[in-house]
Amino acid sequence: MEQQAITVNNGVNIEALLGAREALTAAPEAAQFKWRASSEWVNGTHSRSTIQKFFGLGEEQSHRNPFVYDTDHPEIFASEDHGATPVEMVLVGLSGCLGAGIATVAQNRGIQLRSVKTTLEAGMDLAGILGIDGDVRNGFDGIRVSFEIDADASEDDIRAVVAQSQKRSAVFDIITNPTDVWVEVKKSA
Amino acid sequence: MNRPTGKIGVGIVDAIVIGAGHSGLAMSHCLTELGIEHVVLERGAVANSWRNERWDSLRLLTPNWQTRLPGLAYDGPNPDGYMTMPELIDFLDRYAGQTVAPVRTDTQVKAVWPEAGGYRVETDRGDWWGRAVVIATGANNRQSIPASASAIPSSVTQLTSHGYRNPAQLPDGGVLVVGASASGLQLAEEIHRSGRPVTLAVGEHVRLPRRYRGRDIQWWMDAVGVLDERYDQVDDLGRARRVPSPQLIGTPEQRSLDLNALSAQGVRLVGRLAGVRDGRAQFSGSLRHVCDLADLKMNRLLDRVDEWIESGGRGCAAEPPERFEITRTPARSCLGVDLANGEIRSVVWATGMRPDYGWLKVPVFDRKGMLRHDGGVVDAPGLYVLGLPFLRRRKSSFIHGAEADARDLSQHLYTYLGTVATRFRPVRMAS
Repeated sequence: MEQQAITVNNGVNIEALLGAREALTAAPEAAQFKWRASSEWVNGTHSRSTIQKFFGLGEEQSHRNPFVYDTDHPEIFASEDHGATPVEMVLVGLSGCLGAGIATVAQNRGIQLRSVKTTLEAGMDLAGILGIDGDVRNGFDGIRVSFEIDADASEDDIRAVVAQSQKRSAVFDIITNPTDVWVEVKKSA
Repeated sequence: MNRPTGKIGVGIVDAIVIGAGHSGLAMSHCLTELGIEHVVLERGAVANSWRNERWDSLRLLTPNWQTRLPGLAYDGPNPDGYMTMPELIDFLDRYAGQTVAPVRTDTQVKAVWPEAGGYRVETDRGDWWGRAVVIATGANNRQSIPASASAIPSSVTQLTSHGYRNPAQLPDGGVLVVGASASGLQLAEEIHRSGRPVTLAVGEHVRLPRRYRGRDIQWWMDAVGVLDERYDQVDDLGRARRVPSPQLIGTPEQRSLDLNALSAQGVRLVGRLAGVRDGRAQFSGSLRHVCDLADLKMNRLLDRVDEWIESGGRGCAAEPPERFEITRTPARSCLGVDLANGEIRSVVWATGMRPDYGWLKVPVFDRKGMLRHDGGVVDAPGLYVLGLPFLRRRKSSFIHGAEADARDLSQHLYTYLGTVATRFRPVRMAS
C-alpha cells in the first residue's frame, strides 16, 4: 500500500484537497461559493457566454483567463451552428464533473488510471420544446453515461470509484434533483 | 468539598444515569461493579422506548444469541430467532431486576445544568445532583422529517415510523413510504401487504442478506471483526455515524428483505424524495446510483467474509460463496407523483431519528445540534453519552454493543471521579 501510494499519479493533488476539506470543516463560511456566468445574445439562436469571476473562501476569485463559450443550434434547426446546443453543454458539465471525481477518488484509493473514456447520450422529444404535446417535458427524458476505464484495479473497484464519483458530483446532483431558479428581468435604461 | 448551593430535593450521588434502556442499565451494572454510587432516572418504565415507540410487528434485527448485556445473555430455546418487542421488554425487565439497578421510574428529566463542579438534574420529582452524568436516552427520540413535509397537501395523512404501529392507522389507498433503511423496508412490505399500494422513496441505503453461507450475517460481521471496528480507526467517522440501519428483518423463517423482494411483491421503487412542489412529490433521478452503491458495498462485505473463511478463520465450516442478484430498478424511473389526485392517500416518514437534547443546558453542541464527544466522553467534565451509532465501535447502537462501551466509559468515569476527589481533597482538609 505504501509503495502504491507513492507511485499512483492521476494528476490530482490529494493532500491539498484533504487539507481543504479539513480547513473548510473548521471554517464552514469559507465553503460558501458562488459560481457565475455572463452571457450575451449575438444573433438568431447564437449566444456567447463568458466565465471568469467566482466567489469563494470568503472573497472574490478569478480564473486565470476568461473562458468563452458559444452556444447555438445546428443547421437542421435553421440555425447557423456557431457552437454546441445548450443541452449538449449540460452533458459537457456532467462528464467533466464525473471525470474529475473519478480521477480524485481513484487517486485517493491508490488506483492508477490509464484511460477514462466517456460517452453520454440524452434522449429528447422535440414535441416538448415545440409545444406540440403538453404531456412531453422540454428536457431530457433520460441520460445514459457509458464509461470505459483502464486502470490498475478490479472491475468492482473501478465501479466503486465511478459510484463514489457520482455520490460526490455537483452536476449529477443538479441534474437528478430539483433546483430552485429565480429569473429577474429589467428593461435597459 | 464542593457542594451544590441550591436546594436538592431528592439526593446527591456520584453519578446519574439518564434513561433505563439497555444502555443505561448496562452502564448501571458497570458502575455497580466499580462501586460507584449512582441512580438511574427513567421517564417511564424500564425499556420505555421499546415499550411505547415501536411498531407492533417489529422484531430485533440481531439474533437472540447476540442479545446480551453485561451479566445477562439470552438463555432461551431459540438462539437463532429474533426477539419480539414483548420478549425484549421481558429480557430488559429481568436484567433490571437481576442487577438491582437503582432505577427511579416515572421520573422525567426536565433539565441538566452544570453546578458546583457537577450537574444538577431537575426532574418532575425533585432535583438530583451528581458529580457525573451519563446520557443514555438513546439516538431515536425524534423523527428527522425533511422540510418538504410542510408542502404536502392536507388531504394526505402523514405518519412517522416513530408513531406507526400497524397499517390500520392509515387510510385506504396508496402510501408513499419515504426511506429505505430497515424501518422503511419493513413498513413498506407490511403496508403493501395490507392492500395499500406502496411507493417507496429510496435514497442511500445499506443492503445485507439475512443469511450468508449458512449463518446469520450478524455472525459473520462479528467474526470478521466489522462490528468491533473502533471509532478512532475509521477514515470518516462522521460518515460512519450517519450510515442508515441495514435492510434487515427479523422473522422466524430468517428471510432477507431487500428492494428486489419488495419489487417482486409489487412495491414501486422511486428515487429519494427530493422535494414537494405545487402538490407534486419530486423524486431524484439517482435510484440506479444508490442501488449500485449498496450492491457494491454489500459485495465488498461478502468478499471480506469469503477471504476470512479462506484464510482459515476459526476453521468453521461454511456453505459455498454466493452472490445475490443485483438490485433491479425500473427501466424508466418515476420522477414525481401528484399528491393531490388521490392516488397517494398517506405518507409514512421512515427518514431516521435524531436524539433530543432539549433538556441539556450544557454548552456541548456542535453547529448541527449534535453532542461534541470523543467516543462518548462529552466535551464537558464528567458528562458521558452512550448508545449512539458508532459511538465507540460499529456495534455501539446494537444491544450487544452496549457492554464494551459501558465498560470503557464507566472506567473513564471512575478515573474522573478519582481525579475530582483528589483535586478537592485540600479544600476538604481545610474545612
